[in-house]
Amino acid sequence: MASSEEDGTVEEKENNNKKRTKSALVTAWLTFYNIAMTAGWLVLAITMMRFYIQRGTHKGLYRSIARTLKFFQTFALVEVRLTFVGIVKTSVIVNGVQVCSRIFMVWFVTNSIRQIQNEESVILFLVVWTVMEISRYSYYTFSLLHHLPYFIKWARYNFFIVLYPLGVAGELLTIYAALPFVRRSGMYSMRLPNKYNVSFDYYYCLIIVMLSYIPLFPQLYLHMLRQRRRVLHGEVIVEKDE
Amino acid sequence: NSSRLVLFVEIQPQHCKTNRVEPNATIGEIKSMFHKSHPQWYPARQSIRLDPKGKSLKDEDVLQHLPVGTTATFYFRDLGAQISWVTVFLTEYTGPLVIYLMFYFRVPFIYASKYDFTTSKHWVVHLACMCHSFHYVKRLLETLFVHRFSHGTMPLRNIFKNCTYYWGFAAWMAYYINHPLYTPPIYGEQQIRLALIIFLFCQIGNFSIHIALRNLRPPGSKTRKIPYPTKNPFTWIFLLVSCPNYTYELGSWLGFTLMTQCLPVAFFTLVGFVQMTVWAKGKHRSYLKEFRDYPPLRSPILPFIL
Repeated sequence: MASSEEDGTVEEKENNNKKRTKSALVTAWLTFYNIAMTAGWLVLAITMMRFYIQRGTHKGLYRSIARTLKFFQTFALVEVRLTFVGIVKTSVIVNGVQVCSRIFMVWFVTNSIRQIQNEESVILFLVVWTVMEISRYSYYTFSLLHHLPYFIKWARYNFFIVLYPLGVAGELLTIYAALPFVRRSGMYSMRLPNKYNVSFDYYYCLIIVMLSYIPLFPQLYLHMLRQRRRVLHGEVIVEKDE
Repeated sequence: NSSRLVLFVEIQPQHCKTNRVEPNATIGEIKSMFHKSHPQWYPARQSIRLDPKGKSLKDEDVLQHLPVGTTATFYFRDLGAQISWVTVFLTEYTGPLVIYLMFYFRVPFIYASKYDFTTSKHWVVHLACMCHSFHYVKRLLETLFVHRFSHGTMPLRNIFKNCTYYWGFAAWMAYYINHPLYTPPIYGEQQIRLALIIFLFCQIGNFSIHIALRNLRPPGSKTRKIPYPTKNPFTWIFLLVSCPNYTYELGSWLGFTLMTQCLPVAFFTLVGFVQMTVWAKGKHRSYLKEFRDYPPLRSPILPFIL
């Protein structure tokens, strides 16, 4: 933006003011979003605990929280847009992969394949997700409000060490349990011959999804470990830049 | 891979020692010099810059035209193993050619064994094989005889990425088109004929653009000029589009999709279109930046639309 020396300062101030109001709005919106998500996952956690305490069993637990879970997990798609636009400083790819895998689990596995909804592995990953999301969103909320209690930061960057592998185990066991039902029902699948000259077997798709955890999970885990070292111990990690 | 190494160069009229060069020496010569003292870094993988965070200097840049005094400090960055563009293109185009033919001839272990080495009963399948093969043979010949590359090399990992894309998609498409249970296009001969016309038209168009672009640049030079329509009517699209080679490429694949009525082909066309649009927009932007008098009517890839 070329401006002459004299009125350059006035224009600059105006632009800075515009930028400041814009970023204040963005921050306000972000704070609201993170508070809402923290609240949502807290509600999920409390509902799950109440169900278990009242009924003494986990059977039917998924059904009772299904709608709330779907709502809040799907809403997280907003985050991908935010990282893409650059408002949130996480890597788009890391965040994108995580949200995608969550949406896939919620909508294409547990939602569609009713027979596995009472599996223990479902409860496992639900508990893991709930704890992780509450600590993550409360971390973001408090950071935005500039009052971050150390234990929240500690929780966010330490819980994952145990919870990530547990969550992955829950997800993989759930998909594995779903396989025979998918094969028998032939759901989401398309066979030849057909006028589009394509075929799709959801059974093999699920197997490929399970295999994809092998390259993807270590990368996500290492990424979080690096973040942890940087945030908790102030280490400067030189990322390989292209 | 960080720019830690520093090359310290003294500029003197007579160079009789290493690290002393004449003022009219080029960056290319500096790179050769550096390669001698560090043989593991051949010139193609060297990025030399005046500032550790600055832009890479070109091989043709002459020392005395750079902001340096009697001594120059250059920062070095290792670009990683490099591979020539020609090698990459030849590899990534030969794959689809061979792979498709393997599916066409129904090599064993792809389809049920009773179909081994049989041929499809639909004539459109033979036509599709000819078109697909023609397309990739054309690309191979263009790589060898037509294209003039501005960069000599690219990072080695690109060849794995590119080959996975081309070879993977070729296998996916070829599997269904040459499948014993293939369903020919709904509108039969009419559809296939129209598709063939579109395909051939765009192949000729694409080739014309490549020739026109080649003629813009004399052999061995790296000059950049605005491309304009020539006597060849297929190049008149330059009036409306910056990168008509991509436009024609899209057209070819749309034709092939129509001809085969195969969803994987449509998907391949879509992905290719997205990638080419990104490239076209980048090229269009750099044209606009470089040339003040760039024709304003032109769009990057689709006339008036994109």
